[in-house]
Amino acid sequence: MLTVLANPTRFMALSGRVLPWLAMAAAGLLVAGFALVFLTVPDDYQQGATVRIMYVHVPAAWLSLFLYLIMAMAAVGTLVWRHPVADVAQKAAAPIGAAFTFLCLVTGAIWGKPMWGTWWVWDARLTSELVLLLIYLGIMGLWRAFEEPSAAARAVAVMTLVGLVNLPVIKFSVDWWNTLHQPASVFRLDGPTIHSSMLWPLLIVAAGFSLLALALHLSGMRTEILRRRVRALTLQQARRSEVDLGHIRASGAGL
Amino acid sequence: MRAFVAIIRRDLLIASRIGGAGALPLVFFLMLVTLIPFAIGPDLNLLSRIGPAILWLAAALATLIGLDRLFQADAEDGSLDLILASALPAELAIVAKGFAHWLTTGLPLALCSPLFGLLLALTPQAMMDVAASLLVGTPALTFAGVTGAALTARLRRGGLILSILVTPLMIPALIFGVSAAQAASVGAASFFAPFLVLCAISLLSIVIAAVAGAAALRGP
Repeated sequence: MLTVLANPTRFMALSGRVLPWLAMAAAGLLVAGFALVFLTVPDDYQQGATVRIMYVHVPAAWLSLFLYLIMAMAAVGTLVWRHPVADVAQKAAAPIGAAFTFLCLVTGAIWGKPMWGTWWVWDARLTSELVLLLIYLGIMGLWRAFEEPSAAARAVAVMTLVGLVNLPVIKFSVDWWNTLHQPASVFRLDGPTIHSSMLWPLLIVAAGFSLLALALHLSGMRTEILRRRVRALTLQQARRSEVDLGHIRASGAGL
Repeated sequence: MRAFVAIIRRDLLIASRIGGAGALPLVFFLMLVTLIPFAIGPDLNLLSRIGPAILWLAAALATLIGLDRLFQADAEDGSLDLILASALPAELAIVAKGFAHWLTTGLPLALCSPLFGLLLALTPQAMMDVAASLLVGTPALTFAGVTGAALTARLRRGGLILSILVTPLMIPALIFGVSAAQAASVGAASFFAPFLVLCAISLLSIVIAAVAGAAALRGP
């Protein structure tokens, strides 16, 4: 399947056909999921209505890692097969992943204020999510620093894989750091184990958000491919007009 | 092996003739340590409590200095291409350059840290802990930086993006370095557990920098 998709023209044709269905499925699942969340899910006996923040927060946290994984797989494609579609997949995933990471942090802060009484704690999970956001931002900055897209793709691929090796180390060390400094006051949300009336809407919403992320990723890839075509055409045009100018100048000198 | 030593000797020679070898990073280190008391006040009790953390933070920032020129200067005058084309594997060449960079930044910082500990009212035991943890921990900082330097080697202006990429990679070394360095001042925590993990992180960083840096430098 990957070899079929590896041709950019075929990728554009296929993704153009899949994308509307994907987007509609994502919208349907999200509408259904949130209808369940707001109509049927009971208020939590401790947290009241704020528990509904979970239905954005948890999928966002999950997708922040999932998109990094997509980026890492595309990075392998870039380094091993040097394939332009892999470059494009890598580039399109970074801003979406950063957006979900940011969404996770913001909803977490909004949830934390009424529940924990503070917007932010240097809890191990929060801190590693923040570091993940920093790594995403660094990767997006690295994309912009290069002029040549293929050189950028290679550097970013190396950085993404270095980040993939480092993320568990960072997670592990942040856990160590946190448990060392505040062992007694670790915040725990595992009060009630989650009931099936809350779990099903969560799974539906998570599936909806995943399809949304995939749809955004596909459309981002399509935009990037078109952008590269425009760039190639512009360069071609510039080269041709340069040749024309040189021709006119030469004939002018002949006169 | 001879090529490995030759790269180290060449980089040390360049550093001694241009940058004053390890002197400038040391001055910057001293500058950072001097700035902190101005920001938080000259309370010696507070300073001795957070002193190890200050020294580690200053070491991490001082390591970033000059990193952007590590491969860039060689890429500009063409010697990078010669190094990559030589019989020495690119991975080892990167380790040699990183080691030379550490000899002129990390090592002097670690050796002089007891002196700066005096300014922060550290106890002798704390000074020894800080120096030991910096000695085994600064390679982790340097080689995290070497990875970033290899990625940005062919960029005209790579300084800022380099720091942004490298700083998150320094977090593990910082955490374990500070917890080893604070063992004496905090008391309860043991010194050896974080110290050994710090050694492991340093060794791991060297391997990651060698492999990733070679992949980045070989380029398309």
